[in-house]
Amino acid sequence: MPSFDFLLQVPSSTDNLAMIRDFVAKVGEKAGFDEKEVTKLALAVDEACSNVIEHAYGGNNANKEVRVRGSFDAEQVVVEVVDTGRGFDPGQIPVKDVEQLVRERRSGGLGWRLIRSIMDEVQYQMVPGEKNELRMVKKIRKGA
Amino acid sequence: MANAFNLTRTEQDGAVILALSGYLDAHTAPQFERAIEVEFSGGHTKMIADCAGLDYISSAGLGVFMSFIEDIRAAGGDIKLCAIVPQVYQVFDVLGFPEIFDIVDAQAAALERFRSGAATKEV
Repeated sequence: MPSFDFLLQVPSSTDNLAMIRDFVAKVGEKAGFDEKEVTKLALAVDEACSNVIEHAYGGNNANKEVRVRGSFDAEQVVVEVVDTGRGFDPGQIPVKDVEQLVRERRSGGLGWRLIRSIMDEVQYQMVPGEKNELRMVKKIRKGA
Repeated sequence: MANAFNLTRTEQDGAVILALSGYLDAHTAPQFERAIEVEFSGGHTKMIADCAGLDYISSAGLGVFMSFIEDIRAAGGDIKLCAIVPQVYQVFDVLGFPEIFDIVDAQAAALERFRSGAATKEV
């Protein structure tokens, strides 16, 4: 099976999250995921893009761009989320249980936790002065 | 394209019922957050989030529940969740929400739990 490539570029705005989810869902459908897997894939990418909009770009900013590239072959779906904002060190995200977050009236890090629980591989790369790239892989499980 | 979120408010037996529908993400969560804030600052601490019409939730929506629940419980109330559809429940489940939040099948059951004074879950 050849590989297929799709690209969506949108201004950094939470208003565009629905468009991003729709785009990723279509890629997931084309790759052969069932409805449940498609929903989870779209959620992981929503979380990644929400983080970019909120943290990398510091909020909605029509002059900044969120780039989502989806590709798949017979084995896996790969989604890359690229921004040119402030990068971060995933190792610095505190790993707290949800009970502790509730006690502290905080909710930070939930999105990252969802991404890691949904995707099979997650890699984050900062290229200083150029871009940040989050690469997420979800395997296609035949007959799952 | 699916991104609409709607919230309908009713009251029954001293509890505020917020019926959520549509998509609760980083774009729409502020609307939900304001609604909870308004209820809480208005002295309403018994709340039911009816999720029967909720098609989607991301961490931004979950974060609203998380950031208010301690204060609401400290004031003697609770947010009970009901009628969560499977694709939304799986997100709650992944993050361990059923251990923290009182989640029941239907609005009537949530009202009954307030009536019977069923203990809220301890965090």
